[in-house]
Amino acid sequence: MSGIPVLTLLTVLPLVGAAVALVSGKHARAVAILTTLACLALALYVWMQVPALNGAMGLVETHAWAPSLGVEYHLGVDGLGALMLVLSAIVTLMSVDAAHRVHHQPGLYFGLVLMLESGLFGSFTALNFFHWFLFWELSLIPAFFLIKLWGGTRRGPAATQFFVYTMAGSVALLVAFLAVFVATRSMDFQYLTFQASTGALERAVTQHLGSGMLGWPVMMWLAVGVLAGFAVKVPMFPFHTWLPAAYAEAPSPVTMLLTGAMSKMGVYGLLRIALPLFGHQIAQMRTPLLVLAVATVVMGAWAAAAQTDLKRVFAYSSVNHLGYCLLGIFALAVPFAAGDPGQLASQAAALNGVILQMFNHGITAAALFWFVAMMQQRTGGHRGIDQFGGLRKPAPVLAGLMGITLFSSLGLPGLNGFVGEFLIFRGVFSLAWFASAVSVLGLLVTAAVILTVIQKVFTGPVPEHCVGFPDLHTGERVALAPVIGLMLLIGVLPGLIVNSVNPTVLHLLSQWRF
Amino acid sequence: MLAWTIYLSFAGALIEALLPKGRHALARWFALTVAVAGLAMAVQGFVVGMGTNQAVPTVIANSAWVPSMGIRCLLAADGISRVLVLLTGLAAVAGVLFSWNIELRTNEFFAFFLALIGGVYGVFLSFDLFLLFVFYEIAIVPKYFLIAIWGSTRREYAAMKLALYSFVGSAMVLIGLLVAYAASGSHSTGLIALGHANLPVSSQMGLFPLVFVGFGILAGMWPFHTWAPTGHVAAPTAASMLLAGVVMKLGAYGCLRVAIGLFPHGLDPWGFSIAGVGSWRDVFAILAVIGIVYGALVALAQTDFKFVIGYSSVSHMGFVLLGLVTLNQIGVTGAVLQMFSHGIIAGLLFAIVGRIVYDRTHTRQLAELETMHLSRRMPFAAWAFVIAGVASMGLPGFSGFVAEFQVLVGAWSAKPWWTLAAGVGIVVGVAYTWRALQKAFFADGLPSAHALEQEHAHPFAAITWPEVTGTAMLVGVSLVVGLYPKILLDAIEPAVKALLAGGGR
Repeated sequence: MSGIPVLTLLTVLPLVGAAVALVSGKHARAVAILTTLACLALALYVWMQVPALNGAMGLVETHAWAPSLGVEYHLGVDGLGALMLVLSAIVTLMSVDAAHRVHHQPGLYFGLVLMLESGLFGSFTALNFFHWFLFWELSLIPAFFLIKLWGGTRRGPAATQFFVYTMAGSVALLVAFLAVFVATRSMDFQYLTFQASTGALERAVTQHLGSGMLGWPVMMWLAVGVLAGFAVKVPMFPFHTWLPAAYAEAPSPVTMLLTGAMSKMGVYGLLRIALPLFGHQIAQMRTPLLVLAVATVVMGAWAAAAQTDLKRVFAYSSVNHLGYCLLGIFALAVPFAAGDPGQLASQAAALNGVILQMFNHGITAAALFWFVAMMQQRTGGHRGIDQFGGLRKPAPVLAGLMGITLFSSLGLPGLNGFVGEFLIFRGVFSLAWFASAVSVLGLLVTAAVILTVIQKVFTGPVPEHCVGFPDLHTGERVALAPVIGLMLLIGVLPGLIVNSVNPTVLHLLSQWRF
Repeated sequence: MLAWTIYLSFAGALIEALLPKGRHALARWFALTVAVAGLAMAVQGFVVGMGTNQAVPTVIANSAWVPSMGIRCLLAADGISRVLVLLTGLAAVAGVLFSWNIELRTNEFFAFFLALIGGVYGVFLSFDLFLLFVFYEIAIVPKYFLIAIWGSTRREYAAMKLALYSFVGSAMVLIGLLVAYAASGSHSTGLIALGHANLPVSSQMGLFPLVFVGFGILAGMWPFHTWAPTGHVAAPTAASMLLAGVVMKLGAYGCLRVAIGLFPHGLDPWGFSIAGVGSWRDVFAILAVIGIVYGALVALAQTDFKFVIGYSSVSHMGFVLLGLVTLNQIGVTGAVLQMFSHGIIAGLLFAIVGRIVYDRTHTRQLAELETMHLSRRMPFAAWAFVIAGVASMGLPGFSGFVAEFQVLVGAWSAKPWWTLAAGVGIVVGVAYTWRALQKAFFADGLPSAHALEQEHAHPFAAITWPEVTGTAMLVGVSLVVGLYPKILLDAIEPAVKALLAGGGR
């Protein structure tokens, strides 16, 4: 397949599928399944190319676009990008699979889902800011309408809050990045990463924009602007307030997309843009950022403990899980210490952990919301923790599989969730022991929350409306089996991912300057 | 061929006026033919221009007019002119398409419409100051009648306000130009000749604000913008499309071509500064930034759908003015691109609000539209507005993003504070567009059984082909420019470079 622009194909394919889905009415879901399956195959093909790249960018495509604006059509993936492609493809397929009860305008619904998938693919492959930003924003529009048109009773304010928050973050990001463009006349991530690693970026910015504003170097302000954009998307405390409402009000298949794939755009942005370009500034702000990351971890866990709505429990637990990613990212931002070989090993462990956690959380959280969707369907919309009980009697298979997913979310060794969090803590402990010590609190509270869910939902007396609760039917079992299988597989053989990602991690760390 | 855009439009206007009354279809089709022919010329001129040096104005007509005063009938085009002529052609065709349902004095309506278009073409192609000024004045008169006769809410007031503001603006321009002409001692009113006259720096500094504000009034410069929202709202759809789409661009074009082109030292530092403001450049940048943020905030508070779009024009034109006073290559290029982009997008927004929605719902109050569930009853309008709104708020992929992007880059290079303030304006822009979108089309809540019955009994008129064609054309243009800005930038950049380099800057 050499010579075929695989990454372009991957981005365009869902758009074509979206156009077809729009006009195919009640067959839209079939179109969406076919499209997402094809995308998954392509994404896996891309993933297979990763080991040969040895950490560098591969499958690169470049074309002139608007040279005077520094805009170039520049695509490529490394281990990180390819893994995100696979994750997006899996999560979108899961979401389409879960959405088999869309009666209201199915054509539009699946068209929007596929458009969102294209936005994900585009932003995970772009190596030019313009191109990246195009898809970053593109994904926002379908997400908004999926919440707004198919969401729950309070969907209007939730959708608006989600949209305006993210847009405000994006504008901060855009304005900051424009300053980088002013100073360097380039929007190419790889070029800018190189400039930043030699310190030339900072010199150029100082030269073009002066040495400081309000007593802070301009570069610091730019770093803050860029971080703001990603902090909203991930989200990081205290920018998370849009999330619970959006996740709860969105239809569950859409929540799967939001938490499984879209939240990763923020983490990915931190790794592809913020750390490479502003590593030095982030290292200087490391302490306050670590405080916020720890707050995200701990607050997410405690807030999850206080919820009674299953979707909100998992929403806050998502905040908590992504907090570990933030913890790892900010902890590894320490200047290179020549005499300490252990430091690089810790940084590499943390970064491997972050990337693995992105993937694991994507799969696990999407699966959790899928289970919530199934429970809602079977009980006519119930999703309060206290409204369920004793489900393991009428629905042993559902209880078993959901139990595995919940334990994966909890971080039980042998399941996928454990490996990522273990690697993060392994790295962070020697880089910022205090932060990791406080974050352990988050682990404990999360464990308590998840165990409470398991207890209340699966054991105890069966409430009236759950008496005839049907178990998973064959179709659902077949659809879920690969997902659960993947959780077990990664839990047992994390090397499947880490071996491919590790060269990328080392390559990235060698490029970053803190 | 470009000169024919002017002749054709005026001839078309004359013939329209002479057409028999009551022949609506004839008047419409004739107007469409003239507009399409004008667009064809504009496109042809643009394509020919791609092969030439865009920086040097190509003379397309040159004959003596008032020899004793050195006034010539000098038409020429450089890259900037070609882009704006192209915009005018597109706006004219779209305007006719969205006026397809005019039934009142149809032929007169299109006569005024084409006369206005002819004047606009004339301004963009004039390279003689006197000629430019004549065309500029010609454009004001039909505007007045279009609003006063075919307008809606408080049309006499709005028409009069608009005409008075315009005349005050042109009076300021005229005074400035006469003084400049006298001071230069030149025997030509040609733009290029006057540009080389090298007026003393002090008189440039004195004349610059007069001329810049004179033109700036028509560009919706804060605090002289108040004619714009009332005028846009009162005007019939096609006239609001032209007002926001091209007439405001006349002002911005005048600011660039005449004020900055003739008085390059007008923006130099005064040599002293009051509270950090040390030149006319600072003053006008501050006004532009206030316009961006203020226009957006006021748009956020409107209850009338058309006023939201009206104030959004003030905000977006603020970007044009901000781009102009950055005085660097990328900022001014962005300003010109924003003129084009806003012309297309604002035209589309006014078409949707004024024609597609209002002509069916007969209300523009957001509170009333909220109860109508338009996304279900008028999905075409809803999704067209989504696309137009997304383009207007500056999402990448549409022309507005590239333009505002360049203006912001230019502003970063000039003064970082301006960029930050303008960034706030963009965020508010997202908010007001989304608020209007939600209220007008995607309001929550299910209709009552009674309302459903009513809807069923009185369905809205179906969307007509001119509406679909016009919408598709404008969306298509915005997308093409957004995804491949090079197509226009190749024309604008060299011309801007030459203009900024001229006058010994």
